[in-house]
Amino acid sequence: MTRPEVEVVECDVLILGGGMAGCGAAYEAAYWAKPKNLKVVLVEKGAIERSGAVAMGLSAINCYMGMKWGENQPEDFVRYVRQDLMGLSREDLVYDIARNVDSTVHMFEDWGLPFFKEADGRYKREGRWQVMIHGESYKPIVAEAAKKAVGEDNIYERIFVSHLLNDAKDPGRIAGAVGFSVREPKIYVFKAKTVISAAGGATGVFRPHAIGEGLGRIWYAPWNTGSAYKLMIMAGAEMSQFEHRLVVARFKDGYGPVGMWFLLFKAVLKNAYGELVESKWADLLKEWEPYGSGKPIPTPLRNHQMLRDMMEGKGPHYLRTDEALQKMFADVQHDKKKVREIESDAWEDFLDMTMSQALLWASENIDPAKTPSEVVLTEPYLMGSHASATGAWVSGPEDIAPSEYFWGYNRMTTVRGLFAAGDGVSGSAHKFSSGSYTEGRSAGKAAVAYVYDNPDDPNIDSDRVEDIKNELWRPFSVVDDAKGTSTGDVNPNYVAPKQALHRLQKIMDEYAAGQSAFFITNEPTLLRGLELMELFRQDLHKMAAENLHDLLRCWEVWDRFWCAQTHMQHLLYRQETRWPGYYYRGDYPELDEENWKCFANSRYDAEQNEWTMSKKPYIQVVP
Amino acid sequence: MPTYVNPEKCDGCKALDKPACQYICPSDIMHLDKSIGKSFNIEPDLCWECYACVKTCPQSAIAMRGYGDVVPMGASLTPLRGTDSIMWTVKFRNGQMKRFKYPIRTTSWGSIEPFSGFEEPDPEELKTGGLCGQEQFLGVPDLPTIPSA
Repeated sequence: MTRPEVEVVECDVLILGGGMAGCGAAYEAAYWAKPKNLKVVLVEKGAIERSGAVAMGLSAINCYMGMKWGENQPEDFVRYVRQDLMGLSREDLVYDIARNVDSTVHMFEDWGLPFFKEADGRYKREGRWQVMIHGESYKPIVAEAAKKAVGEDNIYERIFVSHLLNDAKDPGRIAGAVGFSVREPKIYVFKAKTVISAAGGATGVFRPHAIGEGLGRIWYAPWNTGSAYKLMIMAGAEMSQFEHRLVVARFKDGYGPVGMWFLLFKAVLKNAYGELVESKWADLLKEWEPYGSGKPIPTPLRNHQMLRDMMEGKGPHYLRTDEALQKMFADVQHDKKKVREIESDAWEDFLDMTMSQALLWASENIDPAKTPSEVVLTEPYLMGSHASATGAWVSGPEDIAPSEYFWGYNRMTTVRGLFAAGDGVSGSAHKFSSGSYTEGRSAGKAAVAYVYDNPDDPNIDSDRVEDIKNELWRPFSVVDDAKGTSTGDVNPNYVAPKQALHRLQKIMDEYAAGQSAFFITNEPTLLRGLELMELFRQDLHKMAAENLHDLLRCWEVWDRFWCAQTHMQHLLYRQETRWPGYYYRGDYPELDEENWKCFANSRYDAEQNEWTMSKKPYIQVVP
Repeated sequence: MPTYVNPEKCDGCKALDKPACQYICPSDIMHLDKSIGKSFNIEPDLCWECYACVKTCPQSAIAMRGYGDVVPMGASLTPLRGTDSIMWTVKFRNGQMKRFKYPIRTTSWGSIEPFSGFEEPDPEELKTGGLCGQEQFLGVPDLPTIPSA
């Protein structure tokens, strides 16, 4: 590969990632930037029209209060999230999203996103927090607004950002980022007063169900490689709840959504012998008080019940779509038009957001009104927007955060001028698409406030930039140096990024409580896994690229590696089992409220290659 | 269901400055084979089956084939996306067909005016918890605050 040319871009607010959180940040920052004519730049490795986790579309918006209808108040939502997360949430952050999210959702409707409506004009509810949408074009609509808000010239697409730059004179402050184009040999140096890390959570860290051609058919987007986290970890930002993860029950093989079936269609999960999993294992919940008797049953505890039933050999487990639909058909007296509407809604749930599940039904000749469908637990994902809270430790909003949770600017990390949003933020689970967008907006506004207060230019360390440039292009020189040493694809001097990905997934699955280990690990297993990870880390410098697409894949493996490494450090640190069904510590199999009802935080020192772990207090903000 | 390209329909988007599928693919796996001037899927095992390329292809040249290691053969799922709705045709392995049509947008493309009707930004408000357009869109008069314990 030819040596890259270098382009330097200077801006005030740099947004990394153009998914829901990034588009929200761009939109809001552009508004507040107007009085001082600040420059807001958004960088995305894909095309923002179809990027991030919502690229494919969605069939529901899962975070909406409905305050104008008096349906829910923000404090109700905080109590719900607290229960689902087994006690541990940053309630200031959750509240902040909840109080603002309705304005985001109403704006989406104004822009043209179609909603299912009741006769009185309310959004049709799928569940207490969920509203139904015709969301095939959700992302293109949101992207259109972001492009118009910041101007198309300020959106840089097909650029993979690999490193953040700390300030040369003040390393506790952010100064920009470096990335490369996946279309031409070109490196970008972004010099910025503030940076918002909104580049997504991490999939593909654990071995999924299918590892052949179906490797990419996982529940969360395979292009979410954990960039948001890796960038912040390596810049020395404090991370929180990185032991946390998401494992969810989904339709087998297509990973199709089950929310509408459970919440709206009232379908139930039964084992192969017709037993209701939830009621059969009700007593199990008593071991996890006070959360076990709370309602609704936390997501990890529902997984825990299903896992116990699996280990008793009672599978396969079926979502009884047949029973649910037959009851709904009977309720409308088998009126042909109404039956057709119900069927259309059922299929739309897949066709808006997981088309593969629809194709899988067609390929197995499944009529959901006659045949139930298998449900399994997914492999773990690291993300902060669903029933999970992995991410960066950030400041809360000025007016509601306790002093322990406030250091100047809403959503700012422990690196000054570096903000996070969406999957990037820890402790504010259940934000989903609308909440991620809303959190991006809050971060965008706070980043502008930071620039108003700190207008001086950042200092870029040119030696550091030179080092990064060489590091970025190394996968090409690895191949060049090995030329002529083997025939075919096997060479003793390098490894392909796909093989490195498989190696990472194998280590994590076997040692870090993956699905083939029934989500169980312990200290000796984790320590053994960390030994293998260190060897793996050394070998990653021998990843090989023959073109820019390979180079992208190499750097995505690095993203996932650092997410995995941080995850293992946290799994090791928290000596209890707080989220059974997500993972179990075999050596500490119980909940320990006395010692561990707190956040587990970490900070990585890249120069020393050292981790510092700490506990941070949980403070109940909402009564 | 990784994508595959029908060579009889694909023209490599000669009329555009880059192939539409290559422009849109979130996974960066739809590339142009310059030797034949047609697109192809360079990495089927990192296809999420998001259908972004299928929906955008001006020649309707891209389709899905179930993952070889998972999905029984013979079914198909085909979208036809217009400006305000999308039509899906589901063909089952046994030949049965179903069609569904759903709305995708209630306004015309390009019609969003991001801050239309909003007050001018007031820097004094920068450190409050509210967001722009709150008066127009929040749905309640005041931004809620935490009720005291």
